[in-house]
Amino acid sequence: MRHLLPHPLLSVVVAFVWIGLANSLSAGNLLLGAGLGVLIPLYTRRYWPGRVTIKRPLRVLEYFAIVAWDILVSNVQVAGLILFRSGPKLRSVFVSVPLELRTPEAIAVLTGTITLTPGTVSADLSADGRAVLVHCLDAADPDAVVRTIKSRYERRLKDIFE
Amino acid sequence: MAHLSDIVVAGLILVGSFFLLVGSLGLATLPDLMRRLHAPTKATTLGIGALLIASTVHFTVATGTPSLHEVLITLFLFITAPVSAHMLAKAHILRHPDLQARLPVPDNSGWATVTPPPEDACEPR
Repeated sequence: MRHLLPHPLLSVVVAFVWIGLANSLSAGNLLLGAGLGVLIPLYTRRYWPGRVTIKRPLRVLEYFAIVAWDILVSNVQVAGLILFRSGPKLRSVFVSVPLELRTPEAIAVLTGTITLTPGTVSADLSADGRAVLVHCLDAADPDAVVRTIKSRYERRLKDIFE
Repeated sequence: MAHLSDIVVAGLILVGSFFLLVGSLGLATLPDLMRRLHAPTKATTLGIGALLIASTVHFTVATGTPSLHEVLITLFLFITAPVSAHMLAKAHILRHPDLQARLPVPDNSGWATVTPPPEDACEPR
């Protein structure tokens, strides 16, 4: 089983993506999706040395909901900044956010989330992978940004992945 | 029913177009690269997202079968936009030594773009 399905989660994702792309639930597509779900993880196995573990699957839904809401809010905020405060009045600043997360997948999700959410873009990781460089578009209090990232996203990702 | 879905689709297209316009405006008018990155990573993702939801609603109602392509496009977009923004930011840092000097310094390390990784960085788990 371990040899045939090195990454069960990846297999499921590949199968779902195939069915979504084909946009049909016919028997042929289900079979093809299942086949690809087995073959692609086998073929790309060497690029996935570790194994992604999701400790609390229900928390993933909670996380998605929070991030979706924050993306909505961040869009309105950034649109407002662009339209009404653009130019030198923006207090843009780089901040360094120390990371408690250690799994690469969790850090990747966190940096992606930072970029998609209010007024922040992740710009770089530290060489040892223990801090992330974040650029804030307009931050009156850079420490508050760090606290928000850690309490709102990192804590939840730690629950999910570690 | 058709009327209701038409109103929803039209509203979503308007919202999407507005955010795409603002995103493009930000890309054109913000003063430097790092600030410009904020516009396309956020304003445009929501703009495209709204347009794709409009497309899902329209084709689901028009054909009677749920249309899921758009969900996947949205998902791929939300996964890839931060990655390209990250790479652009790294390229920007690499090409501007004056900026490197002004960055905050992480504990016991440097930023990956300018500092080589430590010896044990690729340790298998």
